[in-house]
Amino acid sequence: MANAAAHTHHEPTTRLFLWVWVGLLGLTGVEVYLAYIHLNLHLMVILLMVLSIVKAAMIMAYFMHLRFERMNLVLTLIPAMIIVMCLMFIVFPDSFRLLNMRTFH
Amino acid sequence: MSEARVEKLSGSLWNGGVSPFGVGDKKLGMWLFIVSDSLTFTAILIGYSYVRVASDNWPMPFTIYPSIAFASVMTFCLLSSSVTMVMAVAAAKKGNHASAVRWILATMAGGTAFIVLHLYEWMHLIEEGVTPFKNPWGDPLFGGTFFTITGLHMFHVTSGVIYLGVVAAGFGRKKFNDEDVEVSGLYWHFVDLVWMFVFPLIYLLSVKMG
Repeated sequence: MANAAAHTHHEPTTRLFLWVWVGLLGLTGVEVYLAYIHLNLHLMVILLMVLSIVKAAMIMAYFMHLRFERMNLVLTLIPAMIIVMCLMFIVFPDSFRLLNMRTFH
Repeated sequence: MSEARVEKLSGSLWNGGVSPFGVGDKKLGMWLFIVSDSLTFTAILIGYSYVRVASDNWPMPFTIYPSIAFASVMTFCLLSSSVTMVMAVAAAKKGNHASAVRWILATMAGGTAFIVLHLYEWMHLIEEGVTPFKNPWGDPLFGGTFFTITGLHMFHVTSGVIYLGVVAAGFGRKKFNDEDVEVSGLYWHFVDLVWMFVFPLIYLLSVKMG
């Protein structure tokens, strides 16, 4: 039981979860607003991806409890996942090549 | 897995049974599934971006009303259902079975609302002539990528609702423990997380200009 008590200070509160929820809704509102005011598409992609990555990090850290797990678990799961995701970006030069072939056809 | 058991296993470094992550096997298994599933979604979202960048007439058909408004309400449903799932896990950890089951049912209601709204949105697009093979506006791949990505996500939401139903029934009858509820919560938050990328990439980047 002493063990259980020692671990309670890690546990996040309901108030914290509600703030995360409000933050996620707020960021979603900003995203919809960006779509509403018709920004330039390149700027839009960058802003939306930055906002989405922030939202994903909030969900993983708080809702999925990762901030309160052992660092060992986080470092095993997340960096490998991000590196593999980044490797997939290797297809984009080919995508631009296809577009240019179309334009100068 | 209880903390005491984790500590006991962590201590026995050379006697087999080491728990370096400090989580139970079910939770670690779900995390590994989530990592692999996130790579599946990354692959199809990158595939979509690839064909969209290479296209010179990609359609941008979505108007603020109804499409974006619907998708925003769906986002709200999914985010709120994540909060109710957090409450369910907290109640389960405290051993409050009835309360946990009620919160899981609320989560399922949020997921069901998402599915119903999304199907309505699909029907609307199908009526306008969008299929996986053609659409009235431009590059035919638009429909293919749209239905593949939103369809795979909706399949995840649907299986998530069924999974939560099974967990709620089992936890209510004390067949499952609080770790099972927590693991199903991880899956549900992941489905929410994926939508945080699908919504901007599919909907917000295809809003009709002027």
